[in-house]
Amino acid sequence: MINDLRLLGVGFRSVPAGEITIRLLRITRFAFVVMVVTGVLLFYSNPLRYYHNIFFRIKLVLLVVSAVNIWLFHGRIHRRVAEWQHDAVPPRQARLAGLVSLLAWSGIVVAGRLVAYDWFDCDRNVQTAFMMWLQGCATSGVAE
Amino acid sequence: MLWFFEWCEATWLGTAVRTSVGAFPLIESIHLLGLGLLGGAILVVDLRMLGVGLTGQRVAAVAREARPWLVLGLGTMVLTGTLLFLSEAVKCYYNTSFWVKMTALVIALCHTFLIRQPVALDPELESSTRSRFVAIGSMALWFTVAAAGRWIGYS
Repeated sequence: MINDLRLLGVGFRSVPAGEITIRLLRITRFAFVVMVVTGVLLFYSNPLRYYHNIFFRIKLVLLVVSAVNIWLFHGRIHRRVAEWQHDAVPPRQARLAGLVSLLAWSGIVVAGRLVAYDWFDCDRNVQTAFMMWLQGCATSGVAE
Repeated sequence: MLWFFEWCEATWLGTAVRTSVGAFPLIESIHLLGLGLLGGAILVVDLRMLGVGLTGQRVAAVAREARPWLVLGLGTMVLTGTLLFLSEAVKCYYNTSFWVKMTALVIALCHTFLIRQPVALDPELESSTRSRFVAIGSMALWFTVAAAGRWIGYS
């Protein structure tokens, strides 16, 4: 979040952007590994339920979105970070990457929290055909 | 004191959150987004005090930059946390984790604003043993607040 706020040019403006994207992302990477390991363990507590859960699926899609965003950012505008890192407000491309990242990660947090709710579970309540399809309910025959 | 918790739960706001299907999860999600902001703003300074992370900047500079985000994150969490509390105040009254969280929260807030902030802003204390202890204390306190908070949901 700190990284995104800097890229948007709204926070930590006295700190060069390159310092945040490089030094801070080392910590972020470490934290990400912790989250993936614990997340996989939680997933294996009830894999079938999570596999079908709409919020879990949204979360995975957003993780891919944010990965692509990071990849694009580092492959393009970040290559020239030395040129703009002292600007209080970074160039448009960097701000866009910051915005996409902020939105995607916020979505990941919200979707992750909602995974716990069973409103749309295949075997609970009556689900619309579209929701059944979105969640692939038919594949494991949980609620045909 | 139970009467106060019963009164909280009976308030218009408490009832509104409790009777709505989506309100609690939605407010809970915003509470977590606030956590992201507050946690980041706290950690970036604590880690810097320990010599990790934004080491190209002075501790004081990091602390000054982080402060508005800390306050924004805290405001979001207190606001949404109050709403969540109102919706299930009586349950909280009987919940040990809730009391642990509130106690740790008060201590963590005092520590952050009365001890950590002055230490972080004092250039003479930069990378001193005292500054490191203060940072570790901050992380331990906020971790307790977060862990106890998560535990409220498991009892």
